[in-house]
Amino acid sequence: MSDKTMTAEQVVSRLESGMTLGIGGWGSRRKPMALVRALLRSGVTDLTVVSYGGPDVGMLAAAGRLRKLVTAFVTLDSIPLEPHYRTAREGGAFELTEIDEAMFMWGLHAAANRLPFLPVRSGIGSDVMRVNPGLRTVTSPYEDGETFVAVPALRLDAALVHVNRADRLGNGQYLGPDPYFDDLFCEAADAAYVSCERIVDTAELTKEAAPQTLLVKRHTVTGVVEAPSGAHFTSCAPDYGRDEAFQKQYASTPWPKFAERFLDGDEQAYRSAVEAWLKEQR
Amino acid sequence: MNTVTGTPLRPPTRAEYCVIACAEAWRDAGEILVSPMGVVPSIGARLARRTFAPDLLLTDGEALLVDLDGTVEGWLPYRQHLALVTGGRRHVMMGASQIDRFGNQNISCIGDWEKPQRQLLGVRGAPVNTLNNPTSYWVPKHSRRVFVEKVDMVCGVGYDHAAAHPDTSRFHRVPRVVSDLGVFDFATPDHSMRAASLHPGVTPAQVREATGFELTVPDDVQPTREPTAAELRLIREVIDPANTRAREVPERTAA
Repeated sequence: MSDKTMTAEQVVSRLESGMTLGIGGWGSRRKPMALVRALLRSGVTDLTVVSYGGPDVGMLAAAGRLRKLVTAFVTLDSIPLEPHYRTAREGGAFELTEIDEAMFMWGLHAAANRLPFLPVRSGIGSDVMRVNPGLRTVTSPYEDGETFVAVPALRLDAALVHVNRADRLGNGQYLGPDPYFDDLFCEAADAAYVSCERIVDTAELTKEAAPQTLLVKRHTVTGVVEAPSGAHFTSCAPDYGRDEAFQKQYASTPWPKFAERFLDGDEQAYRSAVEAWLKEQR
Repeated sequence: MNTVTGTPLRPPTRAEYCVIACAEAWRDAGEILVSPMGVVPSIGARLARRTFAPDLLLTDGEALLVDLDGTVEGWLPYRQHLALVTGGRRHVMMGASQIDRFGNQNISCIGDWEKPQRQLLGVRGAPVNTLNNPTSYWVPKHSRRVFVEKVDMVCGVGYDHAAAHPDTSRFHRVPRVVSDLGVFDFATPDHSMRAASLHPGVTPAQVREATGFELTVPDDVQPTREPTAAELRLIREVIDPANTRAREVPERTAA
């Protein structure tokens, strides 16, 4: 069986401008931020990003890497509105496909199941239909005759997710309370890249945790990256919570200034810059 | 005045009437998930759970179902939460950046969606919520900026749009809108908004002035009911001793 470990830079070298990229996590929770930071260091742009949006979307939007965003929301959770996303969106910097949380989930399910669409009782009667003129409806072929929205499959060229543990083969484990939709992102993608807090031996995965924590299966995974604090500053329970102080700093700093101080170097430089910032706060 | 064992209680604050008004949304709701968004609805949900809606299910705000003392009784990650919505066993109380006279709600953006003046959260779960489970709303500061003639982006579906899709909207219901001025419902022939009760001290003129559309205020509109002494004690001493409710609904000085 093949060893799929690689660096974040190697992951990004496999991504191309113009791709459709799914990003796991939810809001400001367990986002693959080390992979996003690597993406920001690369020249990859013109992306269609599919995400339950948090700072992943905020940073990519602020850096001008988005051609299009598919989402139901963008939020930092403890800070409801993502300021860098807002600025970019209000400036008309990218195209938006706004669907709701359920349509998004069923779109991923459709892609994972190789279906063109799935029927959902949602969207109809709302302006989601107005702002997505390409959305079609479907009528039940049974006697009820109800009309549903036919949510198209959210097929992805690549997916980026971050989990607590993984083995070298690509089996990914979450140890927090919510899997979010990370397995679906991987199943919906042609190539999925999993970063994790720590790479461990396969046998180690179930030594202390139940097998149902094994969320991501290796047949859906192309690459595994060991990225300690790889979700920072979003939460990665139980390894660490959200870095609220740093998130506040991110949200209140103009983007060019934030990027210059924290994102100009590699991941090691990012960690050092955060460390230095933390010392200043004491 | 309410008294408990001879001790006079301070009269209810506006925030406490709001708590009661939110809690009443879930009276006798049975064994369903309550999803309160905002401080006052969360206190209201816990009050309902402790008193007249003892079978309600509550989450910890993340993926766990918890008892009142925090004991974990279940697991509800987002994917199951979204499935529960379409099963209908839930009554959510969402916020609203804008709401109109038929109960259409907007949390997505202000202005033209193509290029908004103010980008807000996004539609989130509002479209799926409103077509599948009862959806109420909470507005901490009743004003013409929120209660508008027409919302800029329909996220939560109101009665007029629901009526245009009778089969798909067979589970659509907006039981109530609670604001710091009163409780509102859609119990009118055309399902436009009506004042169901006004919080004590609020006049019909005041609520009309703060509403950007023609609001029905019945001549015999009732005041929002008084909290019982036991309810006040629960709110003040057990559920919200830090008085976070007053930060969401400060006492308005008399007009």
